[in-house]
Amino acid sequence: MSHQGAALPAAPAREKESTRRGTTRRVAPSPGGGRWRQRLEVVFFVSPALALMAVFVVWPVISAVRMSFYRWKGFGPMDDFVGLRNYERVLTDDVFTQAVTHNFIIVVASIVVQLPLGLAIAVLLNRRIRGRGLLRTIVFVPYVLAEVIAGVVWFQLLQPNYGTVDGIISAVGLTPPEQGFLGTPELALPTMFVVLTWKYLGLAVLLFLAGLQGVPEELYEAAQLDGASWWQVQRRVAIPLLGPTIRTWCFLSMIGSLQLFDMVWVLTGGGPANATTTMATYLINQGTQGGNYGIAGAASVVLFVIGFVMALAYQLLILRRDSASDR
Amino acid sequence: MRSKTRRAALAALCAGAMVFAAACGGDDSSGDGDDKTITWWHNSNNEPGKGYYEQVAKDFEADNPGVTVEIEAMAHEDMVDKLAAAFQSGDLPDIYMERGGGELSDHVEAGLVRDISDDAAEEIGKVGGSVAGWQVDGQTYALPFSIGVVGFWYNTELFEQAGITEAPTTMEQLYDAVEKLKAADIQPISVGAGDKWPAAHYWYYTALRSCSEETLTDAVGTLDFSDECFVQAGEVLQDLLDTEPFNDGFLSTVAQEGATSASGLLATGKVAMELAGHWEPGVMQGLTEDGEGLGDKTGWFAFPAVEGGAGEPTAALGGGDAWAVSEGAPDLAVDLVKYLLSDEVQTGFAENDMGLPTNPAANPAVSDPALADLLQVRDAASYVQLYFDTAFGTSVGNAMNDEIALLLAGQASPEDVVAATQAAADEEK
Repeated sequence: MSHQGAALPAAPAREKESTRRGTTRRVAPSPGGGRWRQRLEVVFFVSPALALMAVFVVWPVISAVRMSFYRWKGFGPMDDFVGLRNYERVLTDDVFTQAVTHNFIIVVASIVVQLPLGLAIAVLLNRRIRGRGLLRTIVFVPYVLAEVIAGVVWFQLLQPNYGTVDGIISAVGLTPPEQGFLGTPELALPTMFVVLTWKYLGLAVLLFLAGLQGVPEELYEAAQLDGASWWQVQRRVAIPLLGPTIRTWCFLSMIGSLQLFDMVWVLTGGGPANATTTMATYLINQGTQGGNYGIAGAASVVLFVIGFVMALAYQLLILRRDSASDR
Repeated sequence: MRSKTRRAALAALCAGAMVFAAACGGDDSSGDGDDKTITWWHNSNNEPGKGYYEQVAKDFEADNPGVTVEIEAMAHEDMVDKLAAAFQSGDLPDIYMERGGGELSDHVEAGLVRDISDDAAEEIGKVGGSVAGWQVDGQTYALPFSIGVVGFWYNTELFEQAGITEAPTTMEQLYDAVEKLKAADIQPISVGAGDKWPAAHYWYYTALRSCSEETLTDAVGTLDFSDECFVQAGEVLQDLLDTEPFNDGFLSTVAQEGATSASGLLATGKVAMELAGHWEPGVMQGLTEDGEGLGDKTGWFAFPAVEGGAGEPTAALGGGDAWAVSEGAPDLAVDLVKYLLSDEVQTGFAENDMGLPTNPAANPAVSDPALADLLQVRDAASYVQLYFDTAFGTSVGNAMNDEIALLLAGQASPEDVVAATQAAADEEK
């Protein structure tokens, strides 16, 4: 073979090639083995992720659903089956319906206020102005800050009499609310929303700025050549092209508002007089604090269903356009 | 092909879930180890308490050759979380802390706590009547080692400034003091209503003054709140609220964290008084830069008498911590608990200002003047009522506290408080 190989260098290569092809062909008639191997490979590589998901997502969901059908104090055997009683209690509890209302107020207010505000800031910061990098950073910093730290800082700023916010308001000659912004039930939720806007506006601006980078320069130029003003360019060219980004941001904002917990917990704990309870704070209050794990389980299932239905509806009705255009 | 992969993945997922379930379920052997090792959880994670308990454990080991005591000293909140998880799994340490009342009886019902009535009969006798909070159906399940009472801590200097010469003993006098303090431009009382339980303590006390001991004892047993006096309690609190005695923003004020908390406001001289337990001097010390708290300006008076109330004016609201032994723990664990309640260990406990000892032999060893005074008040009290939220159990207590917080916010009536408490109690039956 060796001398032949020297005389005809190309031959062995071709032979090898054919052998390899042959091997493939030889296996091909018995499809089971290859597929099984492939499947095993899939299972092997996917199983760590699946195991993690099973332990940390699927299992808790299953146990929450199971818990919601029992009256259980968090220890001892779970054997007091109560059927749908916990769901009945959750859905007829004024505090829970208030909590759902608060969640939806935040969902709507976030989109109505943060969307135009975020767009305006993004469009402005997209211009070539001095200190643009610095301004972008300033807008984005609150989002990077840990939520609990931001909450504690705001809690101190908003203290009645001794807080900075009260100081500023008094300094300009206005009277701050006597019980403070967080201690007055009517003001607590709006105050919460202001803090949330401060915290999350950065994300909206960042996403919109990224979206604006994707708008081709030629379109601006073409519009300008046609005599469009800066305002018209933004309104007719930039913002329509931002559509997919805006829709994605709305989705993220909606889900975040439904799950709202950290900031509320730090600032008010759901108070005063349940003025800022959300579904998540209701869960904690009933579950770990009240020892009513069944009710907390039922509330968490309700939260899951609300979130799931809204996410699905949003995907089907609004985001479908974006994903369809990709294909 | 795709659906098959999916099915395979699903199978893998199910298998994973089953393995996990098996792993969780199969841990019945309870990691207590052998009979010679005792695990002990406590919350004295600062000096001198931490070191003192280590020494106690060493002494116990020396007296019982071959025995090892494994201590886990944790911050209080960590311990509460860890205990909650331990109760769920049923894998408890041999010795742990119980707050008594409904919480304890739930644990007893679930078969998690060991009955020590006979084994520790001598110590139970020494502690006396206050062990009642840790008894279920006449059996004792834990030995209280520190019991404190709640009352008004006040700033003597600010009282003087406002021209108040004597601590109030009736509600009328308290209203009077509130008025005088306001006239002197001093915020009268701070309350951490944001945390709910400090607000609830007001209602507990007005109930304690409005209801007879018998009514309250019955209520703990039967969870029946139909007696008129419970509504009266809310009305008395309503009267106090009408004088607007609390600090600005009290509905969102927290109890103990930071200078703007209820304790912080008292410690820094921003308010004149606060209703709190025996922990208050210690908390205030931690909230002032010099570590002194109010120092010599610290004063204390009992919750005032309610005119026309059926309750005893000398009854006190309080609570404490007790050592409990988990079911299935070795006998040696009971011996260690008995040792912890001995004259010797309780005296050391008192000398280190770790709390208010329950063994009378340790009383003379309490050195802190504020605590020594409080000890006298406690021992002179006609009876010490366990905090209602603890006594009635977590679920009822939580519902009650929520509604009392609403009363303070002006969004619930005295009747609402009783109705909400009763509704939560009916769910328990």
